[in-house]
Amino acid sequence: MPLLELTDVHARYGPVRALHGVSLRVDEGEIVALLGANGAGKTTTLRAISGMVAREGGVVFDGKPLPRSPEGAARLGITHVPEGRGILAELTVRENLQMGAYLRRDRKGVAADLEQAYQELPWLAERSDQQAGTLSGGEQQMLALERALMSRPRLLLLDEPSLGLAPLIVREFFRLVRELNESRGLTVLVVEQNANVALDVSARAYLIEVGRVALEGESAELREHEGVRKSYLGY
Amino acid sequence: MTLNRGFLVPAGLALAGALVIVLLPFWLEDTNEYRFAFVAAFFIAALGLQILTGYAGQISLGHSGFMLIGAYVTTILSVDHGWNDLATIPLAGLVSAVAGFLFGFPALRLRGVYLALATFAIPIALIALAKKYEGLTGGGGGKSLTRVLTGHEAYMTTWPIAGVMFVLAWLILRGRLGRAFRTIRESEIAAVSVGVNLTLTKTLAFGISAGFAGIGGSLYAITIGFVNPDTFLIALSILLLVGVIVGGLGSLVGVIFGALFIEYVPLYAPEILDWVQRPLGLNLDPKAAGAPAVVYGSILLLVLYVAPNGVAGLLRSAIRILRRRLYTSTGTGPPGQVVPKRREA
Amino acid sequence: MTQFVQQVVAGLGDGAIYASLALALVLIYRATHVINFAQGEMGMFSTYIAWSLITNHGWSFWPAFFFTILVSFLGGAAIQQTVIRPLSRAGELTIVMATIALLVILNGLASWIWKPDEKLLLSPFPTGTWSVGDVQVPQQSVFNLLVVLVCVVLLWAFFRFTKMGLALRSSAVNPTASRLLGVRVTWMLAIGWGFAAALSAVAGMLAAPAQFVFSPNFMQVVIIYAFAAAVLGGIESPVGAVVGGLALGVTINLLGTYLPGQITPDMRLPVALAILLAVLIFRPAGLLGRAVVRRV
Repeated sequence: MPLLELTDVHARYGPVRALHGVSLRVDEGEIVALLGANGAGKTTTLRAISGMVAREGGVVFDGKPLPRSPEGAARLGITHVPEGRGILAELTVRENLQMGAYLRRDRKGVAADLEQAYQELPWLAERSDQQAGTLSGGEQQMLALERALMSRPRLLLLDEPSLGLAPLIVREFFRLVRELNESRGLTVLVVEQNANVALDVSARAYLIEVGRVALEGESAELREHEGVRKSYLGY
Repeated sequence: MTLNRGFLVPAGLALAGALVIVLLPFWLEDTNEYRFAFVAAFFIAALGLQILTGYAGQISLGHSGFMLIGAYVTTILSVDHGWNDLATIPLAGLVSAVAGFLFGFPALRLRGVYLALATFAIPIALIALAKKYEGLTGGGGGKSLTRVLTGHEAYMTTWPIAGVMFVLAWLILRGRLGRAFRTIRESEIAAVSVGVNLTLTKTLAFGISAGFAGIGGSLYAITIGFVNPDTFLIALSILLLVGVIVGGLGSLVGVIFGALFIEYVPLYAPEILDWVQRPLGLNLDPKAAGAPAVVYGSILLLVLYVAPNGVAGLLRSAIRILRRRLYTSTGTGPPGQVVPKRREA
Repeated sequence: MTQFVQQVVAGLGDGAIYASLALALVLIYRATHVINFAQGEMGMFSTYIAWSLITNHGWSFWPAFFFTILVSFLGGAAIQQTVIRPLSRAGELTIVMATIALLVILNGLASWIWKPDEKLLLSPFPTGTWSVGDVQVPQQSVFNLLVVLVCVVLLWAFFRFTKMGLALRSSAVNPTASRLLGVRVTWMLAIGWGFAAALSAVAGMLAAPAQFVFSPNFMQVVIIYAFAAAVLGGIESPVGAVVGGLALGVTINLLGTYLPGQITPDMRLPVALAILLAVLIFRPAGLLGRAVVRRV
């Protein structure tokens, strides 16, 4: 049984329809990518899952229908890192990480995870009392990832993590994501305009166009698909 | 001037309104004509506020101060210097406009809450000054005007001027200045980048808006026959703002509904309370201290829930729903697309 | 010199009341980005509740004080949920208008329920003075200051050290991201309003005895001072609100003492606003506000 399954999901922003029946699935332990051009509906798909936008259609998580509110989705273990990272700019780095663990009740576990985050990225410890808004874009993206991990998510939704970041930083970021997937079995659904990097890191991918799934398959195969190569990979 | 659909409805409403205003005196008795004259005065002042807040996006809680200036210019000139009271009206507007223009300068750097508080200072300072310089203004006790008008005279004095001011507002707003105002409201940075002189435009907005309020204040004084500093407390500024928002922010035509609201709802509050409580079987005293205020505030809240964009917003929604029913069929969204041959920008 | 110290202390006592209400305004502004014009009337209404408990039901001051604070907290949260929340999608100006409607309703309701005649609320603190050398320090002012400082420190500790305090700050900073982290942001807003209402109640219950007698309009001057203090300090700065309130209280008191000819009681408010305007011209974001860099 897949961890997450969308069946014929529609969504709209006011009177404007953005999704016209999207169906996809994510199995536990997978990294799945959503590709597509600007405005195709990739971000909207994530928002429909986490309840940021009103949706119709079936969204089943872990065998049960998913609540329609962001708080509800978060409570079930879905952590959505939104477009633009959603950093709490006026709070400190440490406070951001603490907020990541907001829903957890095990204080010792939270403290241990915080330590681990500091070890993974030592500069987080150095800057832990700094206002998060003063970090660079790449640092904020790393912070957003670590904050998401503090919630021990069952499913991580990443929305355009490479946006506005230098290629080197993007590589580093996705290296970390792949490592977390391999070592902890972290399940990830990532939305990316950068098809190259997305197909590299993911096992399977879906191509979204005009609010629908136009193509789906193994990432390795999609890489060779002529339409994908010409329109999204540039060669 | 484009005669598109968006223009016809407000124009139609304005004409209908003008017709009603012309015919009303034949139907109303003197007391109600008198009240309607106040509606005209508030209408003009609220038009001014609409220009500043609804179009130029600058909030002001101080317009009662500009009304005060207009009222006292009229009073002092007609009582102490023998001017014909009607002749004082343009000067009242001019003096208030200059005051507003001058206020605009220090206010240039202020925004939002900070600007709102700065405008608070205007009526407070002016009231204190009016009370201090008793020789000129009659101090706290006030000053009576020379002429006392009947309801009908007040109506016939105020409404033609209101009509003129409405047309004037419309002309100002549809021209370059109006466009500049709207640009500033959206984004000051964008306005500068298209060549709007921010300083001049903002101070003009304050000036013009204050001028309107001054004329409203002048007419108010003429109608009521008496001025007193405490008439122009901040509560009056807030009342004008209520009028602008109930009418609909950004709608000139809506202002008339706002003016009617601020004159008549407090007046009929006891009756409304009776009307509400009878089916509920309650026996509250509608004339008790505070009861009319509770009713008025509740109605205001109700209007805000039902019509958060004011009466004008309600009308717009109604028209949009009607249009959709008449002209379109229900669609389900754009058709699908094959994989594009070229990457989109 | 002794006169100076006395007036400073007296000014701090007045300023503490402004500071409490100013802090309430800032709390709500940070959370919802609107000025709650009804903040003073909420404090007034709470004061009437306390008065009623003391006068009509024989309670003594401190039980009535704490009970009123509790009731005010719940009332503030309830108002946010029932009156403000349904309008959260409307423009800011509409929400501000709703707070104005609330102002009118609360004022009318107080007159209706308790009649508009003047009432007496006695301060629990002694009204005498302490002799410190040559100086006569007014006791009530010192106690008022202490009460407010205790409230402020407690609130600060709550926001700084507790999980809910962090969640409240998070909701104010970025509501969407907070929801994605599992925070029930609307509840946080309600709690914010609750704290603001509690602070207003404190302000009211200290102001009523300071004004000797009170009636339904007694907080209207206070809220203007509080508004001035909040803006003076920088509308998003809690520290600014407290410092601004105290500074305003002291400044006005000193001006009234040393320039009695010009600064009559009637002139105090215009002078306060003139000072505020002067500050805003040089620091448009208030003394401690974040200077938003806009080169235009």
